[in-house]
Amino acid sequence: MGYEYDWSVVLEPSLWLDAIYITLVYGLGTTFVGLVLGLVLGLILISSFAPGRWLVQLFIGVFRCTPALIQIVWFYYAFPIVLGVNLPAWLAAGCGLTFYMAAFSAEIFRGGVQSIDARQWSACRSLCMSYWQTMRYVILPQTFRRMTPAIVNQAIIQFKNTSLLSVVAVHDLMYTANTLTAQTYRPLEVLTFAAVIYMLMIWPLASLTNRYERRTNERLL
Amino acid sequence: MSFIEIENLTKDFGEFRALNGVSFQLEEGKTAAIIGSSGCGKSTFLRCLNMLETPTEARLRIGDKEVRFSNGQTLGKEREAFGFRREMAMVFQSFDLFPHMTALQNVALAPNKVRKLPRKQAEQQALQLLDRMGLRAKAGSYPTQLSGGQQQRVAIARALAMEPKVLLFDEATSALDPELVGEVLDVMKVLAQDGRTMIVVTHELHFARDVADVLIYFDKGQIAEIGPPAELLANPKTDRLKSFLTRYNHVLAN
Ligand SMILES: Nc1ncnc2c1ncn2[C@@H]1O[C@H](COP(=O)(O)OP(=O)(O)OP(=O)(O)O)[C@@H](O)[C@H]1O
Ligand SMILES: [Mg+2]
Repeated sequence: MGYEYDWSVVLEPSLWLDAIYITLVYGLGTTFVGLVLGLVLGLILISSFAPGRWLVQLFIGVFRCTPALIQIVWFYYAFPIVLGVNLPAWLAAGCGLTFYMAAFSAEIFRGGVQSIDARQWSACRSLCMSYWQTMRYVILPQTFRRMTPAIVNQAIIQFKNTSLLSVVAVHDLMYTANTLTAQTYRPLEVLTFAAVIYMLMIWPLASLTNRYERRTNERLL
Repeated sequence: MSFIEIENLTKDFGEFRALNGVSFQLEEGKTAAIIGSSGCGKSTFLRCLNMLETPTEARLRIGDKEVRFSNGQTLGKEREAFGFRREMAMVFQSFDLFPHMTALQNVALAPNKVRKLPRKQAEQQALQLLDRMGLRAKAGSYPTQLSGGQQQRVAIARALAMEPKVLLFDEATSALDPELVGEVLDVMKVLAQDGRTMIVVTHELHFARDVADVLIYFDKGQIAEIGPPAELLANPKTDRLKSFLTRYNHVLAN
């Protein structure tokens, strides 16, 4: 006897629209803030300031090597208790994912900067450009182009990881899907529908950056 | 007093002494050519002069700008060292243009950011320089769209844009296909004839003989012979230079 699909259970637009909105906000927000934070951490990582480097390495070690799910829970429940600060719930929920993104992008960033030919530094120094001028006008623009694929990858993972936020009652796509499943006992339809929505959100993002990348590569290679 | 004065320039890489007490002087407007076999310290010499490497010991002077080094440390203020470096610009064997910028942007960047020329003015000057290099039409091209010879001429324009008093060339033609060497050497020759002060590391003995005022033969981190190019090439005194030159005899014969 075959399974009888019942897609009517997922056809409640208002329910999904709110969830899509929440997922988009957390996906874009934590990716963007994580990237900026990662950039700053990456700059410290390649600086000559040793104590700063050690701290950043510790940060990266912790956030790269522990599950994002635990980080989210930790920030949401443990942070207020341990440090005695009460973050608004929406912020606490986003912190874990943001730092997770920051840790990965700091590493991507460090690798990108160090992959730039040392002779570019010599050329700039010979032209009497300062460290920051060299960084800003010569090294970083090349680094950004080079690390785009890795960052896009990370952003995709980040978007999907927003589904973990459902454990701290953020009303995102995954949370909505879980609630609906509990009500209807139709996990197959509900989860498949949610997966399609994730895909429709992420795919255009990825292909857009792919096209941008192809355009700049034509010039650089 | 000479325009350039280099006194006791010594550079250690760990235990290895790459430069061992190099001293020489050069008058303003003259071109010095440096020859020597691979690993004798020619690049290290230029890089120390331009402070891309910090000399272990040295007193260096260009015009009224002087820097001293002792035990691998720069003595004096950072600002003085900057003032000294500002007096020269280097052209590298591998061109080392900025690949994400057009030829024009490559040339205009440092004048805009370091000399603080307004961008419009920096670009205008860059265009003039590219024109002098015969590259006006290539101003909007990216380095990958240029031949090696064209890239190196952009790099020369980029160095000139900083209006240095001294130009340093480190084997500027060694990475070029043989048929492209001429166009770069021609540009360098014109610069020398215009009265630029230049220090040129090269394997082009023709160029050294015809263009340089002084020829320096480096051996094991030291100046082994120095003098007028024609004389040095015709009557080498040391055995090392003699055997070095035998490898080039066929070149100089014609
Ligand atoms: N950063 C460095 N660390 C250690 N040793 C170095 C370094 N740079 C240069 N050397 C050594 O110093 C010596 C001189 O090197 P240099 O590059 O100045 O030679 P060169 O005369 O320019 O040779 P070539 O004709 O091959 O360019 C070489 O033995 C080289 O191995
Ligand atoms: Mg060399």
